Amino acid sequence: MAKLKLLPSLPSGLKPATRPEDLAVKKQGPLGAVKDGGIHAVDWVDERTSLSGTMRWVMFRPIPKGTNWFYTLGTATMVAFINQVITGVVLGMYYEPSATRAYESMKYINNEVFLGEFVHGMHRWGSTVMVVLIFLHMARTFFFGAYKYPRELNWVIGVVLLVLTLLMSVTGYLLPFDQRAYWASVVAMNIAGNAPLVGPFTPDLALGGPDVTTLTLSRFYLIHMMIIPGALIALIGAHLYLVIKLGTTAPPWVRADKVSPGLKEHEE
Amino acid sequence: MNQREKEEYLREYAVLKAQGKPFFPYIIVKDGVMMIVVIGTIMLLSLLLGGELTAKADATTTTYAPRPEWYYFWAFELLRVVKPPYLVGLATVGIPTIAILLLILLPFYDRNPERHPLRRPVATTAGIFIIGAMFFLSYLGAEAGAPSQIELGPPKAIRDAGGATLTKWDQGRKLVAQSSCGGCHKIGENGNDGPGPPLTEIGDRLKAGAIRETLINPTKPMPSFADLGADQIDKMAFFLASLKSDAEESHETVEELTKESGDSSSGTETPKTESQP
Repeated sequence: MAKLKLLPSLPSGLKPATRPEDLAVKKQGPLGAVKDGGIHAVDWVDERTSLSGTMRWVMFRPIPKGTNWFYTLGTATMVAFINQVITGVVLGMYYEPSATRAYESMKYINNEVFLGEFVHGMHRWGSTVMVVLIFLHMARTFFFGAYKYPRELNWVIGVVLLVLTLLMSVTGYLLPFDQRAYWASVVAMNIAGNAPLVGPFTPDLALGGPDVTTLTLSRFYLIHMMIIPGALIALIGAHLYLVIKLGTTAPPWVRADKVSPGLKEHEE
Repeated sequence: MNQREKEEYLREYAVLKAQGKPFFPYIIVKDGVMMIVVIGTIMLLSLLLGGELTAKADATTTTYAPRPEWYYFWAFELLRVVKPPYLVGLATVGIPTIAILLLILLPFYDRNPERHPLRRPVATTAGIFIIGAMFFLSYLGAEAGAPSQIELGPPKAIRDAGGATLTKWDQGRKLVAQSSCGGCHKIGENGNDGPGPPLTEIGDRLKAGAIRETLINPTKPMPSFADLGADQIDKMAFFLASLKSDAEESHETVEELTKESGDSSSGTETPKTESQP
């Protein structure tokens, strides 16, 4: 009979045991000394954090058979996000969020900074790639029924991540402060202003007044590079934790009842 | 899902998992390849398309037609097709809010324990329908011309007349485009189809004089354009009266035609509106 436990039984090496073979390593010249030192340092950290157990839990978790390329879309979305973080930090080193200077600082990035336009382009198109990937990832989850028990909460977190990503693209659109950015933001704010209940307050809150001005720019900048990224990172952490805890789903057409009964013998 | 179905799933999943392979090093290879593909795609897009900027933001321009990112085109199109004012609030805020709520609550109202897409016909059909509708609306949104532009060539008669007539026609075209007529009227491929009637063939029904009268003394809710002055209204009326069903449209734009004849006196040259690539 199959085990009912959700968690895989971890390799026996998981327990923070002293490993006699490690302790027995003898110094063999400078290389041996470095190796010895490295092992010692890792052991020192592990003794105080038990991180090696977590690492094993993350890296050696069993993935059901039958998973295919569609299952890499989540990783792909995360990579696009990491790209946005790194290129965003580089852009932030030169960008000035003021109505008078924003456009000039973007011009400076494009024309003067080494590889500036390349990094700007990677951030700009990286956002498009991330939005596309997040939709593909969601479509995969939907059609494979992967949002069902016990992964409902992870679906909810995923939808919140989608909304936050779309908000990132709206707030980021204004930052270059060119014509396209300005007028698209005016329209976006008019739309938000039409909303029932919260509508009348959005211009004051997001724009800092009735029009798109320097105050709007600094608020959008703050939302774009601090508030939403913070929430995104925290929620991606929760999303990943649940993926690892609950396990990756198998494709719905792979059924356990077709698995041969002599399960134990087939284990690798 | 009831308790029995939950346990059944967990049991089956445990078996599948026991037959699987560890994430490292078997599965992580695929993820690694995908990472390289994603970063490579982003780099390629950046190299090909760059981070171009349009002109500096200017709050005083009135001719700039904003376009959203292409992945919002479906929402943009929804806005364009929803006409009655009391529904605009619903289309702009209501539909996205309802869509997000439906998405968040999906696992709570879809209680079917079945996971295979072919054994969930309702969910799968709904999913495919929504994706299809988004693609279709995105296509329409991408095709739609900006309402502050009119992309019509001059009718044959006017093109053949050339010179001052052609210049007057083109100035009229630009004035109509910039006076937000497209907000309520469809003109060729541009403008919103309502609340006002389409003007693509208005010349069939009204002569220039009648159009001039309408521009000055319109029926509500259309605003009066009397402030523009007689000369400008005259040009607008001339342009609109030329829009007839039987008028053969020439496909060259006025810019091309005037360039050919070496006529560079096209008076009020306005900055061409740009749109999102």
